[in-house]
Amino acid sequence: MKTALVSSPHVPRLNRVDRIMFEVLLALIPGIAAMTWFFGWGLLVNITLAVTFAVLAEAAVMLARGRSPWIAIGDLSAVVTAVLFAISVPPTLPWWLTLIGMLFAIVLVKQLYGGMGYNPFNPAMAAYVFLLISYPVAMTTWLAPSMLAEHSFSFMESLRLILTGGLPTGLEWDAISSATPLDEMRGKLDLGLTIEQIRQGPVWGELGGRGWEWVAGGFLLGGLYLLWRRVIGWHIPISMLLGLLIGAGVFWIIDPQTHPFPAFHLFSGAAILGAFFIATDPVTACTTKQGQLIFGASIGVTVYVIRSWGGYPDAVAFAVLLMNIAAPTIDYYTQPRVFGHGEKPG
Amino acid sequence: MAIALKLTSKRRLWTFHGGIHVPDEKSLSNTQAIESPPLAQRLYVPLQQHIGAPARPLIELGARVLKGQMIAEPSGFISAPVHAPSSGRLIAIEEHPVPHPSGLAALCAVIATDGEDTWAELPPPLTDYPQLDAALIRERILWAGVVGMGGASFPTNVKLTPGTDRKIQTLVINGAECEPYISCDDRLMRERAGHVLEGVRIMHHLLGVRAVMIGIEDNKPEAIEAMRLALAETDMHDYTEILPIPTLYPSGGEKQLIRILTGKEVPTSGIPAQIGIVCQNVGTAAAVADAVLLGRPLISRVVTVSGRSIARPSNVEVPVGTPAEHLISHCGGYRETPRKLVCGGPMMGFELRSAEVPITKATNCLLALTPEESPSPEPALACIRCGRCAEVCPAKLLPQQMYWYARSKDLDRIQDYNLFDCIECGCCAQVCPSHIPLVQYYRYAKTEIWAREKDRRKSELARARHAAKQARLERQEQERQARLRKQKEALETPKAADPEGEDPKKALIEAARRRAAAKKAVTPPRQLTTDN
Repeated sequence: MKTALVSSPHVPRLNRVDRIMFEVLLALIPGIAAMTWFFGWGLLVNITLAVTFAVLAEAAVMLARGRSPWIAIGDLSAVVTAVLFAISVPPTLPWWLTLIGMLFAIVLVKQLYGGMGYNPFNPAMAAYVFLLISYPVAMTTWLAPSMLAEHSFSFMESLRLILTGGLPTGLEWDAISSATPLDEMRGKLDLGLTIEQIRQGPVWGELGGRGWEWVAGGFLLGGLYLLWRRVIGWHIPISMLLGLLIGAGVFWIIDPQTHPFPAFHLFSGAAILGAFFIATDPVTACTTKQGQLIFGASIGVTVYVIRSWGGYPDAVAFAVLLMNIAAPTIDYYTQPRVFGHGEKPG
Repeated sequence: MAIALKLTSKRRLWTFHGGIHVPDEKSLSNTQAIESPPLAQRLYVPLQQHIGAPARPLIELGARVLKGQMIAEPSGFISAPVHAPSSGRLIAIEEHPVPHPSGLAALCAVIATDGEDTWAELPPPLTDYPQLDAALIRERILWAGVVGMGGASFPTNVKLTPGTDRKIQTLVINGAECEPYISCDDRLMRERAGHVLEGVRIMHHLLGVRAVMIGIEDNKPEAIEAMRLALAETDMHDYTEILPIPTLYPSGGEKQLIRILTGKEVPTSGIPAQIGIVCQNVGTAAAVADAVLLGRPLISRVVTVSGRSIARPSNVEVPVGTPAEHLISHCGGYRETPRKLVCGGPMMGFELRSAEVPITKATNCLLALTPEESPSPEPALACIRCGRCAEVCPAKLLPQQMYWYARSKDLDRIQDYNLFDCIECGCCAQVCPSHIPLVQYYRYAKTEIWAREKDRRKSELARARHAAKQARLERQEQERQARLRKQKEALETPKAADPEGEDPKKALIEAARRRAAAKKAVTPPRQLTTDN
């Protein structure tokens, strides 16, 4: 009648992995809503596709490993990976790139290392970088935000674009695509324009690009929710944003005409999303508090360095992957002082 | 009102890292006054109820024993005697299930009680103890078999014998009772505060400490109030403080409580005495008062019987050796079939295989938990390194790293992460979102390391023996060589005295011949010795 004796504690457990993942998904809603508002239905189509591919890939590998697929799917981690990936890529990405991305993320980056908890790299970011390097054009072709767009895609048009690559009649890519704010800033700075001149263009809002800054604001809201719910700690997001702000601030003070003001960096690209949702992936981040500060700040600085002098306009994915490699070493050297160690007796 | 002012004065408290808030569940039992259930017909008194050497039985089988009579004597410096908890006949000394995490049986003296509860002749009360030799008082406490009643059951007289090398300055009295459900110390303080303080006074006298700090979690306001009122009636208030501490598990851990009250950290693998502190539980204080002021040995204790499977959760004072099932039926039996029976609190206690086990000096709580209170663990998922365990660890360890190395059986690496500073409080496991039984992994690793240490010591001993043998053989060989050289020299001496000018060649031949002869003379015994 009795099964094996169970070790203490004998109380109900407080947390659950699936609940944590669910909270993350919940927190993504404001950002996703803003992004859908400004960039169209394509995002929702992409999310649906990515989630489907990711869950199927996860289930297939678990079956191949002779394990129950339900546990792996039930922890919702594949869903989070899929949604983060879909948010990061252009909402017009062809479906087969989403498929390749999800296969890469789930099968290679996650499951081949042992699955949930064992992957050294953030699966969503690894897939993003893999596609960015392999398919740079598709991965960097963004639509203009809705207030600047000549054409507003209907749901069916978005679906058709993603599934077949066909644009609505009379439209050309050149007409509807638009440089992202980071691209715009970089390109114009390379042409020798000053920040003041650049910012006279129509694409700029108060902090970043029009539309884009609202998306970042949505993710900020979700990030604060995660902090409030204690799903994530403050160490990584705050140190990452500070790293980026200080990096940007120093150069902005030196020469504000060739270096954009710090808030621009914060509200452009994936800085906010990265700080709260990507760098905080517990599996691939540092686990000691001191280590998390170093980890986050290093990502922030690296993002600034790559954005300013690297080959790509945005750098969150690269910076996160780079620091993923360093995380175990940082953890090793930042162990906290254990109770009763290093106190002089008496 | 100088006293009142002192009692309400705010003292600075410190904090420890981590800790968790768990539903304290104390209201199930903390309104129930301590009661005495009817005597059980059989008492199973374990011969080892303390850390240290088991006690040696003194009584013949079949003999009549009286309540309070010593039935087994201590066998070593760290040991404690065992007394008959009631009068009756000693019918067996046999293996019986005891409350131990292993679920194994141990030697118990089985007493068939006669229901008369006749006391043996007790030693005289030492009410004038301040005038007595401290050694005499300690001897009394040793005689009474008093051990730490907070759970560790370390012989109390040893802890009350300060070493000569360092002075004990502070006596910390642990009334925190931070584990959920347990209310036995709460009730003891509410109902017998004066008696507890008497015990504290004796311990204060024995240790010669400057200050006494009594830490009680602030979820026990009645106990705090009772202790304060009792203190005001004593002459102890100029050195004793009753200190309410914030309710946070595991504040009642010895190291944590000392940290909260004094700000000091007990050094790793050290004891509080190293930083001038001795910590005793309130129940132990009461037992010390019993021994010194009443001449009574430790033969009973207050136990909380609780959990939602128990029909009538209660606090009962019972003789040591009373079977758990006897208490459970006294508390109305089961309201619903329990998922498990736990000895101790739900955070650190262990599951019992059967309700036959007896109450011991260290048993503070019996829990019959429903499936809702103690759900079967879901299958553990992989560690996602979220670090929640490290956030709550009161020892400031990195449980996620220790888990990793325990899993991969990397016993060296896990010690780099200070496995042995883990107090097994269970906070990490409680917050783990992957539901990994972390404490089980650490216990496993500790046991493996102990086993390996034992093996290592064994093989070291064998190696040392082997090395000693080699050295002996070598020494014998050298001695033999030396002897040989001496004999040779003795033979060669006359030749050295020969007149010079002899043919050197001839002399060489002569020397060789003598060497050969000498060799011949000693070879047989050498063969004999080496071949053997």
